[in-house]
Amino acid sequence: MSGQFFWYGQPGFVVAAALSKILVFVVLFALGLASLLTWLERRQSAMMQDRLGPNRANLGRWRAWGILHFVADALKMMFKEDFIPPKANRFLFALAPILALAPPLIVLAIIPFGAPLCWGQMQETVPLGTCVRPVDLQIARLDVGVLFYFAFASLSIYGATLAGWASYNKWALMGGMRAASQMISYEVTMGMTVLAMFISYGTLEPGAMVAQQGPAPWQWGIVRGVPHFIAFFLFLTAAMVETKRTPFDVPEGESEIVGYFVEYSGLRFGMFYLGEFLEVVGSSALMVTIFLGGWQIWGASLLPNWAHVLVSMLVWGAKVFLFCVLQLLVRWTLPRFRADQLMRLGWQRLLPVSIANVVLAACWQMWIH
Amino acid sequence: MATVVKIVNRPAGWKRRSYLWGTMQGLGVTFGHLMRNWPRNLLGRRAQSDIVTLAYPEEKRPYPPRNRGLHRLMKRADGQVRCVACMMCPTACPAHCISIVPEESEDPRIEKRPRVFQIDELRCVVCGLCVEACPCDAIRMDTGIHAPPSTRRADAILDKEELLSRGELSVAVQAGEGLFWRERK
Repeated sequence: MSGQFFWYGQPGFVVAAALSKILVFVVLFALGLASLLTWLERRQSAMMQDRLGPNRANLGRWRAWGILHFVADALKMMFKEDFIPPKANRFLFALAPILALAPPLIVLAIIPFGAPLCWGQMQETVPLGTCVRPVDLQIARLDVGVLFYFAFASLSIYGATLAGWASYNKWALMGGMRAASQMISYEVTMGMTVLAMFISYGTLEPGAMVAQQGPAPWQWGIVRGVPHFIAFFLFLTAAMVETKRTPFDVPEGESEIVGYFVEYSGLRFGMFYLGEFLEVVGSSALMVTIFLGGWQIWGASLLPNWAHVLVSMLVWGAKVFLFCVLQLLVRWTLPRFRADQLMRLGWQRLLPVSIANVVLAACWQMWIH
Repeated sequence: MATVVKIVNRPAGWKRRSYLWGTMQGLGVTFGHLMRNWPRNLLGRRAQSDIVTLAYPEEKRPYPPRNRGLHRLMKRADGQVRCVACMMCPTACPAHCISIVPEESEDPRIEKRPRVFQIDELRCVVCGLCVEACPCDAIRMDTGIHAPPSTRRADAILDKEELLSRGELSVAVQAGEGLFWRERK
């Protein structure tokens, strides 16, 4: 049997496929895009404000608009002093950045990032759903997919709160508290919003959600009906709150309290920083999957399977990238909410609207069937 | 002391209270700037974008045409300094940065000349009054050269040789014909 260990469906094949998917998707795409966003954020904000932004980092003559700034930043953070306040709880202080970085990486497991690869028929044109030996381009195909996302995304509260607690700093503690209250408040809205989409799709499995949407823009989830359109904007708002970035960076609030990572430096701060951008990538990926048709692209299913997979991955990447650019655009346009305004927006505006939206979605579903 | 509480009412109307319309307008403004600047910057046509930043060491903003720059001392046709040490410029100078020590000239046609002519560029306010005061076009401030940085204060004091090194021939008529004008008449 050892010769068949790496055949389709055998344990070796499954493990190898999973590892290569993690390598391509999480390590290359998600971490790469998140690192790139650290540079893009500064460069894009500069372009929005008629400035130049960071454009100096280079490899000799190869400058490429300063795209290598994220490498320089990473090197800088590695070689900085890793300071731990004397009265800090050392264990929790070390644990918090890991808890902030790990959830945004874990939630990516449920995101389908390309058309299913058809093992053994990669040279042929394979219509969707007719493949004999498909390999889903999705690290974990879970029936509770979106719930899995929320379950792990809410774990990053622990990162923020523990960081604030372990730092032995009142500002950090306040930041951690604010982060916790903010994230818990908006998770309710997020859940209600996805409920409206769940009513329409009848499934929580992201791969099935994408399959139900068509390649054309008018077949996407966002235009299934009025409640789905509303749900998109509610979800977008709530997801941006979850990433704790301006205009919702109340936990950080750099002009009032510096936030839960005020005592962090060096690579530990870098983990918070990268985790924030990973959350941007992750929420963009989820929104593209639920609302914007995922990896679907018109006409690509007529190509040979390998080309279809490649094109769909590129389209998916482009959609996620554009969505990240949109999030950066919002981040550099709006000023910060006050903490009480944020709570009012969450509990008194978005939550009632999202609950009403669920009712509307249910009525809509009954009406169109 | 009575506390005065000023009550600011929230703006009326759902349009302003929902914050939605304002958000859209703001996004429109920033997106407009992004679209004007980003593609042009990527294509290397920054001059046509709105970006006002200069990439400094490579690009420099040109000085305005009325920029004066460092002083210089002009020369006569035979290369001697035109200055006659009349002390008009140190008198006119509001910053007291010019110091002149006169001496007698060996040339019988010239009565006086500066033995020492020093300008402290750290004190100079670049007003140009010395140039206006000079009766014989001996001092000028038209080099356009920025005062060079120095690590010692003494290095910023320019002496006669340095001022003359930038000097050129001045063709302006210089008053006085020298000691023997009676004989020549």
